[in-house]
Amino acid sequence: MTATGLETVVGLEVHTELKTATKLFCGCRNRFGDEPNTNVCPVCLGLPGSLPVLNRRAVELAMAIGTALECEIRPSIFHRKNYFYPDMPKDYQISQYDEPINVGGHLTLPDGTVVGIVRAHIEEDTGKTTHVGETGRIHGADRALVDYNRAGVPLVEIVSAPDLRSGEAARAYVTELRAILVATGASDGRMEEGSLRVDANVSVREPGAPFGTRCEVKNMNSLRSLQRAVEHEAERQAAVVAAGGTVEQETRHWDEDAGRTVPLRSKEEAYDYRYFPEPDLLPLAPDATWRAAVAASLPPMPRARRAVLVERLGTVTDAQRDQVASVVADDLDALVVAAVDGGVAPQLALARVANEVAALGDPHRLDASGVVALLAMEARGDLSATQTKAVLQRMAETGEDPDAIAAAMGLEQIGEDALDATLDAVIAAHTDEWARYREGDEKLAQFFVGQVMRETGGKADGKAVVAGLVRRR
Amino acid sequence: MTTAVELAAAVRDGTTTARATTEAALAAVAANDRELHAFLHVDRDGALAAADRVDALTSQGRDPGPLAGVPVALKDNLCTQGVPTTAASRILEGWVPPYSATVVDRLVAAGAIPIGKTNLDEFAMGSSTENSAFGPTRNPHDHGRVPGGSSGGSAAAVAAGMVAIGLGSDTGGSIRQPAALCGVVGVKPTYGMVSRYGLIAFASSLDQIGPLATTVADAAACLEAIAGHDPMDATSLDEPAPRVVAALDRGVDGARVGLVAELLDGAAPDVVVAVERAAEALEAAGAHVAELTLPELRLGLSAYYLIAPAEASSNLARYDGVRYGLRVDAADVQAMNVATRTRGFGDEVKRRVMLGTYALSAGYYDAYYGRAQRVRTLMCRAFATAWERCDLLLGATAPTTAFELGAKTADPMAMYLSDVFTIPSNLSGEAAITVPFGRGDDGLPIGVQLLGRARAEPRVFAAARVLEAAA
Repeated sequence: MTATGLETVVGLEVHTELKTATKLFCGCRNRFGDEPNTNVCPVCLGLPGSLPVLNRRAVELAMAIGTALECEIRPSIFHRKNYFYPDMPKDYQISQYDEPINVGGHLTLPDGTVVGIVRAHIEEDTGKTTHVGETGRIHGADRALVDYNRAGVPLVEIVSAPDLRSGEAARAYVTELRAILVATGASDGRMEEGSLRVDANVSVREPGAPFGTRCEVKNMNSLRSLQRAVEHEAERQAAVVAAGGTVEQETRHWDEDAGRTVPLRSKEEAYDYRYFPEPDLLPLAPDATWRAAVAASLPPMPRARRAVLVERLGTVTDAQRDQVASVVADDLDALVVAAVDGGVAPQLALARVANEVAALGDPHRLDASGVVALLAMEARGDLSATQTKAVLQRMAETGEDPDAIAAAMGLEQIGEDALDATLDAVIAAHTDEWARYREGDEKLAQFFVGQVMRETGGKADGKAVVAGLVRRR
Repeated sequence: MTTAVELAAAVRDGTTTARATTEAALAAVAANDRELHAFLHVDRDGALAAADRVDALTSQGRDPGPLAGVPVALKDNLCTQGVPTTAASRILEGWVPPYSATVVDRLVAAGAIPIGKTNLDEFAMGSSTENSAFGPTRNPHDHGRVPGGSSGGSAAAVAAGMVAIGLGSDTGGSIRQPAALCGVVGVKPTYGMVSRYGLIAFASSLDQIGPLATTVADAAACLEAIAGHDPMDATSLDEPAPRVVAALDRGVDGARVGLVAELLDGAAPDVVVAVERAAEALEAAGAHVAELTLPELRLGLSAYYLIAPAEASSNLARYDGVRYGLRVDAADVQAMNVATRTRGFGDEVKRRVMLGTYALSAGYYDAYYGRAQRVRTLMCRAFATAWERCDLLLGATAPTTAFELGAKTADPMAMYLSDVFTIPSNLSGEAAITVPFGRGDDGLPIGVQLLGRARAEPRVFAAARVLEAAA
């Protein structure tokens, strides 16, 4: 809902790069971050005489996406989308147009909202242009450098129906879609590296009225900027309507720093792409056996995995429900289950994985059995929460096992007797604070915890200290 | 002159060397080509090096291949690693491909010696080789006349005896028409039989590479060397090369041949007479010839001049000055694109790019490109009905013998009509061959055309051999 009471309507076009070993139409490596123009050949450079040959694995991943989104997988063909651009080697893009491989699916958000999937089709990526000049902007740039490593990387474009009604819902959709793409193994879902790119079609209307004129908003490179861009664009359109104007159909660019959308090109300037069937490729018609094999190879999808996790946890709070969603989205739910199986209390396992493990740079590089062992140490009371976090950090840095790290850091937690003795000594040394605590000043509990930690070099369990205080009160 | 089959046999049995056959070819080029201009580039060093490799194999007792030491000429729209490839266009002048076309690799693997790159109409768009940016080729039979096109350079090189075999590409008749005008054999194989990988695309759904040679047997040997599935071309048929050499002497006894009215309609009287004599020769050899009409073939030229330019407008987009070839500097990228293409392309290329762009434009697609594709489907159906009654179809290859240089350059439509008999096989993707059969009133060669269904090359070659023997 905009400030003036109009309804926001959003449809999203999500491009995901497919995690294939090689490009869509040639044998070049599909890898992000390599030296520019090292993963290129006559085909992906569009040299005269070269021809595309479709990558079977890319088709499989596209089918996996379609299956996961409950699409119908259909016989399809490729078209050429013709327009001139320096980072597009052939000056046309091979894409699927009116006969895409996947049509008519659904995606159900964690809150139960069902979003229609219009289509999910295969196409090739372009190269990447960098404008070099004093200003760092396109206008006034001295020259442009093109890296064709990305040219011909396989993409699937997933087009949703205009079923989303807010920036927040758009964000939730992409979060869920990303989790599905990661689960299928089709994508690594990295928005910041551009392996997942989102364009938003935004319009506003009186609730219940026909759809308004939409604007396509581009250049959102995080979930947060997607939500902001949708909200700002809806408000901009609402303001146009409120001022008695009409929204023009156009493509707009999200300016992250300015926090607003600016026009890129209008409908009048729209390209005529002169689509026609790609004569260098045969029609694609996956048979029932192939489709069934892809479906059978699909692992459980996030929705099912969340259900499994919730079942293992018993009752969950709203906050824990969010944690469940986030560990599944990060593909870390198996770790939680493994920790629970290893005797760790479910809530502790969930909290540690959702917060501390997920916050590590690349949590999937951690040895899962080591993490389970670490959480078991905390669950047994061998390590405090603080110590557990410190050991986890070292595990991520060194790859060593948690026992060795804890020993090397001297982190064995002090025993109950030693803790009691230390606590008694601390109370004896701070009689004023003790009296105020006994009179009900709860803030002082943390003071005593801090003192005990100082005395023990951080080896005490904070919860045990508080319990000791309560007992002595 | 010595045929490719004879040359290879002599090299293989040690009667001569590849070095000797290659030097002879290079000498013939040096003696003739200043006048004929069949070649855009002669790769003397590469040819001699290739010859020495063949001779080394022979001296080691290893198999040098079925085309050992056979000098071949490559149309300059076939990519050759390390050797300039221009498609006879200013826009690719000086470009040296980093890879070779599959057909080039296969010829070399068969022991053939690429002598050089031959002239063509720019990007294979034309029927006289006069659209070359680097000047026309002359017909060896009459230096005042065109060799046909667009594979005019390869046709002239073979006809003049400079090489035994030439490779061309045929999109609407570009092998068969120049072969007919130069008095040599020309083959347009079934679409997908020969890999297009490394052929600079004109119209991808129509382009097909094939041989030009002085004899049907030489053409067969070449086709066997270059045909067969290529994983680099998705439209390549998933089957091995056809066994055409073994089929050469099968004759036409009992074959049903349709003499197609539409493949004679508009041909000059002397051409019609030649085709009728060819029909008699086939009957004499045991074939049953019946006259046949396929009215849909009349629509071929119109459909072709929408489909081919449409595909070309897209295929030629990449010549934008960004990555290779000509670049004409300008204020920004778009202006550079325009300036480069304005200076780099010739008139005929621009004409077809504009035609094709228009045919694909929003609002016109259905009326032009879409309708042309429906016509193409009709034509395929017409051929399919003909194949119920016939094993082969017979007609003229070109309406006339070779015309004079400059005769049609001012009238594109007259030039386009040169391909009216050859275009249908490209649209249907089926097999076709032209064989020299007699001479016209002007004493110049006439070609007659045999058409077969897809993959019917063995039968087509056997019939061609009968005509060759009767000519």
